[in-house]
Amino acid sequence: MTTETSILEGELQARLQPIVERYRGKRGAVIPVLQEIQGVLGYLPRKALIFVATELSIPLAEIYSVVSFYSQFSTVPVGRHRLEVCTGTACYVKGSHQLLEELGEKLNLEPGQVSPDGRLSLATTRCVGACSMAPVLKIGEELYGEFTADKIEQLLGSLARREEADRE
Amino acid sequence: MLKLWIDNQVVEVEEGTSVLEAARKLGIDIPTLCYLKDLNAPAACRVCLVQVEGRPTLDASCILPAQEGMRVHTNTSAVLAARKQMIELFLSDHPFECLTCERNLNCELQRLAKRYGIRDLTVAGSRNHFALDDLSPSVVREPDKCVRCRRCVAVCEYFQSVGIYRMVERSFKAIVGPAYNGSLMETPCIYCGQCITVCPTGALREQDSTAAVWEALQDPDLHVIVQTAPAIRASIGEEFGYPVGTLVTGQMVAALRRLGFDRVFDDCFGADVTVMEEAKELMERLESGGPFPQFTSCCPSWVRFCESFYPQFINNLSEVKSPQQIFGALAKTYYAQQAGINPENIFCVSVMPCVSKKYELLRPEMKASGFQDVDAELTTREFAQMLFQAGIDLKKLPEEEFDSPLGYASGAGVIFGATGGVMEAALRTVYEWVTGKELIDVEYHEVRALEYKDAEIEMGKHRLKVAVARGTGAARRLIEAVLKQQKEYHFVEVMACPAGCVGGGGQPIYIETNDWNEQVAHRSRRAEGLYQQDRLKKHRKSHENPAVIRLYEDFLGHPGSPLAHRLLHTGYNARRLYSPEPILTKAKT
Amino acid sequence: MFSKRRSEEMAPVDTLWEELKHAHIASPAERWILLCGGLPCSSTSCCEVKKATQDELDKHRLSLEIKEIGCIGDCSEGPTIIVYPEGVIYRKLKPDLAREIIREHVKAGNIVERLLRGDPEPREELRRREKMPFYRRQSRLVLRNCEVVKPDIEDYMKHRGYSALAYVLSQMTPEQVIKQVKLSGLRGRGGGGFPTGLKWEHMLGSPGEEKYVICNGDEGDPGAFMDRNLLEGDPHSVLEGMIIAGYATGAGQGFIYVRAEYPLAVRRSMQAIEQARENNLLGEDILQTGFSFDVELRTGAGAFVCGEETALISSLQGSRGDPEPRPPFPVQSGLWNLPTLINNVETLANIPIILLCGADSFAKIGTAGSRGTKVFALAGKVRHTGLVEVPFGTTLREIIYKIGGGIPGDKTFKAAQTGGPSGGCLGEQHLDLPLDYDSLLDIGSMIGSGGLIIMDEDTCMVDIARYYLDFTQDESCGKCTPCRVGTKRLLEILTRITHGEGQEDDLERLEYWGRLIKNTALCGLGRSAANPVLSTLRYFKSEYVAHIRDHYCPAGVCERLNRPRINQEICRACGLCARICEAAAISGSKETGYRIDPALCTACQRCLEECPFEAITGGEKVHA
Ligand SMILES: Cc1cc2nc3c(=O)[nH]c(=O)nc-3n(C[C@H](O)[C@H](O)[C@H](O)COP(=O)(O)O)c2cc1C
Ligand code: SF4
Ligand code: SF4
Ligand code: SF4
Ligand code: SF4
Ligand code: SF4
Ligand code: SF4
Ligand code: SF4
Ligand code: SF4
Ligand code: FES
Ligand code: FES
Ligand code: FES
Repeated sequence: MTTETSILEGELQARLQPIVERYRGKRGAVIPVLQEIQGVLGYLPRKALIFVATELSIPLAEIYSVVSFYSQFSTVPVGRHRLEVCTGTACYVKGSHQLLEELGEKLNLEPGQVSPDGRLSLATTRCVGACSMAPVLKIGEELYGEFTADKIEQLLGSLARREEADRE
Repeated sequence: MLKLWIDNQVVEVEEGTSVLEAARKLGIDIPTLCYLKDLNAPAACRVCLVQVEGRPTLDASCILPAQEGMRVHTNTSAVLAARKQMIELFLSDHPFECLTCERNLNCELQRLAKRYGIRDLTVAGSRNHFALDDLSPSVVREPDKCVRCRRCVAVCEYFQSVGIYRMVERSFKAIVGPAYNGSLMETPCIYCGQCITVCPTGALREQDSTAAVWEALQDPDLHVIVQTAPAIRASIGEEFGYPVGTLVTGQMVAALRRLGFDRVFDDCFGADVTVMEEAKELMERLESGGPFPQFTSCCPSWVRFCESFYPQFINNLSEVKSPQQIFGALAKTYYAQQAGINPENIFCVSVMPCVSKKYELLRPEMKASGFQDVDAELTTREFAQMLFQAGIDLKKLPEEEFDSPLGYASGAGVIFGATGGVMEAALRTVYEWVTGKELIDVEYHEVRALEYKDAEIEMGKHRLKVAVARGTGAARRLIEAVLKQQKEYHFVEVMACPAGCVGGGGQPIYIETNDWNEQVAHRSRRAEGLYQQDRLKKHRKSHENPAVIRLYEDFLGHPGSPLAHRLLHTGYNARRLYSPEPILTKAKT
Repeated sequence: MFSKRRSEEMAPVDTLWEELKHAHIASPAERWILLCGGLPCSSTSCCEVKKATQDELDKHRLSLEIKEIGCIGDCSEGPTIIVYPEGVIYRKLKPDLAREIIREHVKAGNIVERLLRGDPEPREELRRREKMPFYRRQSRLVLRNCEVVKPDIEDYMKHRGYSALAYVLSQMTPEQVIKQVKLSGLRGRGGGGFPTGLKWEHMLGSPGEEKYVICNGDEGDPGAFMDRNLLEGDPHSVLEGMIIAGYATGAGQGFIYVRAEYPLAVRRSMQAIEQARENNLLGEDILQTGFSFDVELRTGAGAFVCGEETALISSLQGSRGDPEPRPPFPVQSGLWNLPTLINNVETLANIPIILLCGADSFAKIGTAGSRGTKVFALAGKVRHTGLVEVPFGTTLREIIYKIGGGIPGDKTFKAAQTGGPSGGCLGEQHLDLPLDYDSLLDIGSMIGSGGLIIMDEDTCMVDIARYYLDFTQDESCGKCTPCRVGTKRLLEILTRITHGEGQEDDLERLEYWGRLIKNTALCGLGRSAANPVLSTLRYFKSEYVAHIRDHYCPAGVCERLNRPRINQEICRACGLCARICEAAAISGSKETGYRIDPALCTACQRCLEECPFEAITGGEKVHA
């Protein structure tokens, strides 16, 4: 009945509908739903939030208040490789802020930005629990301990090779 | 019952009472900002701090349950200093704009600053700057003045079940607002303005219409007429120091003349016409079998709620326009004709307890006369503001009469301003039409509800199942019950505001209590004035109003006639809830 | 004196350990290889190492099992394998090195000396896990399984896993279980240190048609990773503790709340839940005892405050993690307004131990007010970082110097932060303080979750205070005024001090507002936010004064307050710099050497350029 469902293009809706169906009627479902959608789309576009709000009859403000509260959620697209520098205490003490600065210079990105080609984005994160290898760089689920900015070229190279391999 | 000591005085209270309420019992007034009893107690502002012996830190008394034997201190120097610092922290992230602020002299933050003697800020620092949202037709948000008390969140969520606001973001930049801290225009806000009435500061206010009205009044080419809603006569007095609920109809009329309006009419006349049409519609539905329930449609906030959240029910909404719009349509046709004035030159103003009417008059359908039927609406507050500006003291004015022909109303039209009023007014007419008998006891107390009430009413061969809901939250519960087939109704009145229009979003803001129920009680006391006027009226049924009879005889024909349809009826559209693209809000300059 | 007392109290740990480890040290006939599979290691090419190891074993037709376990707490040195029965640790492996180890050590029986790694300890100590100071001096009770037992149910059961649960369900009433937990003296490991048995008792007595147990695995303290380690390496212990907690308190449903930053912990916990269900240890009628309990896993979404119990509940209910005022406490009215028990991961992992070994034995470990062991996450400027489990009452000195191997690079110890952003800094004077809940509270810090960050002379304490405030301000939920605005003001003051724009009365201001926030905020986050400031003010005041009065950062961290320094080892005391310094900031003599007075220096950099021996460094001009 609501006109809202048409807010998503057919394909997108096909991907998101099963997610909300799985949680329909369940208590406390907002966060898991958003986590799954972000898992699919890489970020949480406005239309996806409106979709969830209307499908689950939850005010959009409620959804957005959740999204804007948790640092895991992003409302803007992120790069295919998201480089996250840990700024937890152990890493900070071991100079992660310098690492962040240097990476930013090398990649020409500010924290929170995505490279124009959409490949890389730079971000910070708070402690990934690998404090004994501080400072830590995290890309996806991979951790790179005792990381220094001069290792970045090599790392980018291996990322590119992996992409290459994935494509084949 | 349990016993505790507050500032060395003993007090007995019931289990579950907060320390703050216990202190009130002793006449100790602990300051509050976020608290609104029975609606909102997030414990967020920390202004109500007290020291409880044996507890390591200060506590927020508004949510601290009193306990047996507790010893509380509300005015030690540490407590007073801490409260003062809380206020300073607020002020350190607040624009110092009292002089130009809507809530100047009626602001809870300002009062606290005065009460605690803030003279200087011992902490200063950076301030938040959020975009001002003045895009909606009714409500203006100025988040820079927000104290994050969340009262608006509570009233919109729990009372209206619309849920426009939440706390968004976190840390210093956390703010209460709609999703994305965007414009209300992107949301299904129903423009009831209840958030304005509970906001302790100037962060929420209505769109200003006084400038446009002043301008019209100055324009020699315009014939400026005004209609006053039922609820105004029982509330404008408050702004001039009358006790709440005092009827000042005559002075109000005089004041409007002094402001320069060419004709002062009674919107209750419009209400009587609404009753005629709506009663007719109900009879038709009774004959043709529905669709039921028929919902009243004179509250634009409720209409918008239905269009947004329950579009499957838009055919249940009465097709009849609200009194404001009926009046506007008649003013620029019937009245123009009678008075021999070119409707193009008529500027039609309404004075209403409502901020939603500012939105309603802009709805594109509202051009039945060929012009915009109503040109501007003033809330009770704006009306008072204009009187202050013009130096008109209501108390010193004589009582004057409304102009005719749109100035005479029956008692039924007057009680429109209270909840259950629309229903009661309609029932008085429907009863006589259906049964053909005279209704002797015209007062339907069974529908005079503050919250939600239903009743069955004998009406000849029909047993009419009726209900009255106050607040769209109650309306939602009602509709859900209907959807689940737990309830069945023929006729339902919904008013978005607590106690109906007397508690409207444009009424004087009452900050003397931090108790929601007391606030509602205060508002409903205004309804007393309306019922009182009803009792004094010679004509208490709309169809007996001679001015109405004349209107139908001279102009419309009969209720439901083609002309009545064209001028007085309207249609509804399903609405999208959220706009898929952000509508930029203008940054504050 | 203290150490004597401790060694007496150590005895039960050893007996306990004897009790528990039985199969942990294999008989010579049993050989296996452990491969660390914690998240940090497994993300540093551990797969390749594993594959190479397996290939090599196959090649030589050796049928040793490779156990992929959790983290051994030494992540900086990973990937790591340990060859049993000797318990020889090889670290920082590459596939070809792993092959060599199989050939040389496993097949031929020669320890590959070349590949033993570690710092200056004698080689002998490095060969065997039990001999290494890092392990030898610990009392690994809670972590006992992490380096020995695979994180799956079969191996766990082989090591007496779920026997505590079986015993409890068949032999004990809930009241008896609670009595044991009370007797053990166990206090919550999540930070607050609330007596666990008492909490359980409140929960049992709290009426509700349904009740919940939540395992708090949010671990938001940046610099702590013991909970991650437990969930990755020994998830069944935690689960077993949870089921027992459910039984003892009358709950039927549990939730494990793990932060999303720990994907491996999430996977391993999920797997543990599934395995437990398959074995009728979760679900209806557990072990045919009539008790039913199930567990669901939820991941956090990145908010420190969600570790706070009421915020965690808000989060589980699907909202922002906004804390709620207490009372009512969660055990009275928690998740969906029903009684809810919240315990930390490590707290729950202690439960099977207590029930296996008896509350008495457990209560003998530690100090009077703090029983048992505590796992610390040792990180920062210390030679061996990793997880360190010691009895309460162990001193900082023991942990840093004996276990952690001291401060690397000849630097001197300056401070240790305990309790993360809610805790405080300890200085030199606290090195011999026995660490427990109460001793730390006394000096303005707290045990917290067990994060232990070591800082050396290169760390600026004002900057650290600023760092923590930046953290708490960023993580403040924004609900209450003192925290939302107050911590912002503190942060602004600290920031201006590190920029050299501090004012004389800023110290008083920090102190006053810090205490005020502590005294007025709604939840634990705000109430402890000022601790790092207050404790650094207390123990490192001179650093603040240097920043404010002399516009100088003694540690050389605050960029805008950096001044040139003369490296005394290079300086030949020629005196040239003193003569050219227009600010007359350099003084000294041949005998005493030359020094720059940072208060006078204008950072003009002339001395830097002129010194013939390049003995002066630092002091790059940074413009505000
Ligand atoms: C800001 C804040 C963060 C917290 N973070 C955690 C956490 O990450 N993990 C945890 O177990 N407890 C955390 N706590 C403590 C919990 O509120 C709670 O006391 C604890 O989980 C109870 O378990 P325990 O009694 O077993 O320690 C935090 C408390 C506060 C105030
Ligand atoms: S909101 Fe209140 S304190 Fe703020 S400017 Fe307006 S009147 Fe002054
Ligand atoms: S109250 Fe003070 S600041 Fe305000 S207008 Fe008067 S003099 Fe000016
Ligand atoms: S005007 Fe009414 S619907 Fe709109 S935000 Fe305010 S309370 Fe909610
Ligand atoms: S807008 Fe007004 S009512 Fe809403 S949170 Fe802000 S100050 Fe409170
Ligand atoms: S109840 Fe009356 S005042 Fe309130 S929104 Fe409706 S019409 Fe306006
Ligand atoms: S102390 Fe901070 S985190 Fe806690 S409720 Fe207040 S603002 Fe939120
Ligand atoms: S000029 Fe260089 S070598 Fe000479 S005293 Fe100064 S620092 Fe030492
Ligand atoms: S930098 Fe300039 S002012 Fe400072 S010590 Fe060197 S010469 Fe003197
Ligand atoms: S502080 Fe960086 S991983 Fe823990
Ligand atoms: S905290 Fe009690 S009134 Fe706001
Ligand atoms: S993950 Fe391998 S030692 Fe920590």
